[in-house]
Formats: sequence, structure tokens, C-alpha cells
Amino acid sequence: MVVKVYGPAYATPKRVLVCLIEKEVEFETVPVDLLKGEHKDPEYLKLQPFGTVPVTQDGDYILYESRAILRYYAEKYKSQGTDLLGKTVEERGLVENWLEVEAQSYHPPIYTLTVQILFSSKLGFPRDENLIKESEEKLAKVLDIYEERLSKSKYLGGDFFSLADLSHLPFTQYLVDQMGKEYMIRSRKHVSAWWDDISSRPSWQKVLQLYAAPFKN
Amino acid sequence: MAIKVHGYAMSTCTARVLLCLSEKGLEYEVVPVDVANGAHKQQPYLSLNPFGQIPAFEDGDVKIFESRAISKYLARKYKDTGIDLLGSSSLTVSTIVDTWMEVESHQFNSPMQAIIRQMIVNPIFGIATDEKIIETELEKLGKVLDVYEERLSKCKYLGGDFYSLADLHHIPYLVYFMRTPKSSVITSRPHVSAWWNDISSRPATVKVAETMKV
Repeated sequence: MVVKVYGPAYATPKRVLVCLIEKEVEFETVPVDLLKGEHKDPEYLKLQPFGTVPVTQDGDYILYESRAILRYYAEKYKSQGTDLLGKTVEERGLVENWLEVEAQSYHPPIYTLTVQILFSSKLGFPRDENLIKESEEKLAKVLDIYEERLSKSKYLGGDFFSLADLSHLPFTQYLVDQMGKEYMIRSRKHVSAWWDDISSRPSWQKVLQLYAAPFKN
Repeated sequence: MAIKVHGYAMSTCTARVLLCLSEKGLEYEVVPVDVANGAHKQQPYLSLNPFGQIPAFEDGDVKIFESRAISKYLARKYKDTGIDLLGSSSLTVSTIVDTWMEVESHQFNSPMQAIIRQMIVNPIFGIATDEKIIETELEKLGKVLDVYEERLSKCKYLGGDFYSLADLHHIPYLVYFMRTPKSSVITSRPHVSAWWNDISSRPATVKVAETMKV
């Protein structure tokens, strides 16, 4: 039985897709149209009571929250594909540290930018230019700290590519492409090199080829 | 002492780490950070937490920040000391614990943090309380707690039938929230209320909560 991933068109489920490809795990996808509100259908809410994507279904084992799904597959398939967690408790501790940084400090401003810039017209509300400006400023401060970190460490969690880096791929791709804010990455030498490295991985290129964003550029 | 927590008792994120250490019965030292004088935004603190946030953590040569990463590190490294806070014996079980830690982080934390800021933090700094924000965030919190009520009607604890980090991570904000007039949001939901009574009466919770004075 092959694991099903719900909502592949959207950024958050793409975290899971790139992880599964890195771990050489076969999967299928099930479309969910957020713009039509399919994530709030009673059938979907039975799988994910908070009504968000992604969900994975592995036989009877249903999981939600993308970072919990990442950790599960990275751990379950530890001995195949890329090691995304580190070899020791201490290495894992640092991977978890920077995955939390992504979740707590990077994600909120970049998510706000995504909703305001890319989804506001589709969801029927006007862009809040003040909020966009504030979010860009917050994100810039976080990127300054990343610049310092990446001047001392090849990847965020240490000297190996891990979940901490992987988790940044989908929304940062929106930032440099559809949002037209590539300058935020390119103006920071080490962040720029790190972005080129992680975004050119065959796994991420495959996700981009197979699963289009839910809108044109 | 090998384990050092840089922070202070009133800080919810520091409390999250102290709760984990207390549950595991581990020895540790709290290194106070002079937040009032901005010590957390300067060196040497920034070399422990470059975001200038509280807490930071050391275990010998290991240096980590982000309270939820610190608690997981402790639960894994000291798996065989004290209680198992992750459900380590089975990946499918520990992943459910992880899922509800993510739910705390992404669904519960944001409205709760906004409410505590309005009701408890702002008054300390002489900033006016915005009742509209409280109302909006309480509505969001209510919807999240409805899902919790359903979950806890089927399971004694959020991660399953055992106390885990999934429950523990909620405690710091709830300690403050239950001291406010809005605590009925918890007590009006029978399973959530029973869960809170259970986890708040654990000796480790009582010990750490006593030090959380505003």
C-alpha cells in the first residue's frame, strides 16, 4: 500500500513530497481544492479536524501537521535515502532547533506574505500593504540571522542537509518566484549560496516539475 | 552543573523546559538573564540564542535554543531517566505525540499568546488592553478547544493514554490563562477541564507553576 498525500498543489504539502522523494518512498497524491473550500468538507474534517493541508494516509495510519509527517518518514526510513535527522541525539537536537526556528520565526512572516500577495485576490479581500511591509521587515531580520548562521555552518542544522533546511523549500520558492522578492535571498551571500544548493536538489526540482502551484506567475 | 537553562521563571518558554527537567528528575541550574537591561539582545547571550529570545540551553558542550526543541532533546537524550515523555518505544505512538506538539505550536499557541499578551503582559507595561483582540482570539481558541474536547473524549491525554510532551507544552500558557476571568473557556468543556485538572496537579507542574509569578 502506497502512502497518499493530500493537497499537492499547495506549499505545505510540498514539504512532505520533497521529504518522501529524498527518502525514496513511493507515494500518490489526492487533490484538495482550498479555493473551493474542500478542506472544510465533513469528509476531509474526519481526516484532519483542524481543516488544513496536508494529511497523509498510510493504510489506516493517518497523520497531519507537515513537520510531524516529515519527522515520521525521516525516522521510519532512516536507513534508506538521505539522512535528514543526523546520526546522534546531539545532531538531532540541532536539527530540531532550526526546524523550530523555521516554524516559529521564518514561517509566520513568509506565510503572511504568501496569503497577502498571492492569495488575497483569490480569497476576495484587499491586500494589506502595511502588513506586507511589516512581514517583509520581520523576514529580513530572520534572514540576517540566517546569514550569520550560514557563514559558520554549511546547512542550518549543521554540516549536512536536513529537515531544518528542507522545511524552507516551498514557501521560499514562492518568495523568489511568484512574489518577486528574490532580492531578499540574493542580497545575502551565504543565504544565497544555501538557497542555490538546497533548491537545485533533484528531489525539489522533481516536485516543481510534477506539481504546479495553484495559480500562474 | 552540566545542564544550564538561561532564562527566568516567569517566562512561559523557560517554564516549558523546566517542566520537562522536573518531570525527568534531572539536575539543572537556571542562569538568570537580565532582560530588564536588555542582556538578551546583546553578547554574550546572542551567541547562545541569536534571535535574542528566552530561553537558551546548555548540556555540557551541547547548545540549543527553542523551548520545544530543548524539551525533545531532553526527552530523547534522557529517555531512560524518569518518565518517557515521547512514547519512545514505538514510532507510530511517538508520532502521535509529535502531531499534538505541532497542534500546540500551530493552533493553540497563537491565540493563547495574543490573549495572555492583552490580559497579563500589557498591564505590566502600562499598555491598554484591547478587548476586541481578546474577543477575536477567544473565538479562535474556542474552535481549537472544541477539537481538543473531541480528542480528549476518546483519549486520556492528547498523545494517547500516557502523559507526554504533547500535554506538557500547553502548561505554561494555561497556568497564566487559568488565573484570568476567561478560564471558563477551559472549565466549560468537561474533557478539557478534566485533562487540565489532571496535568496541573502533577507534582512537577505544581512546583514550576509556583515560581511563575507575574
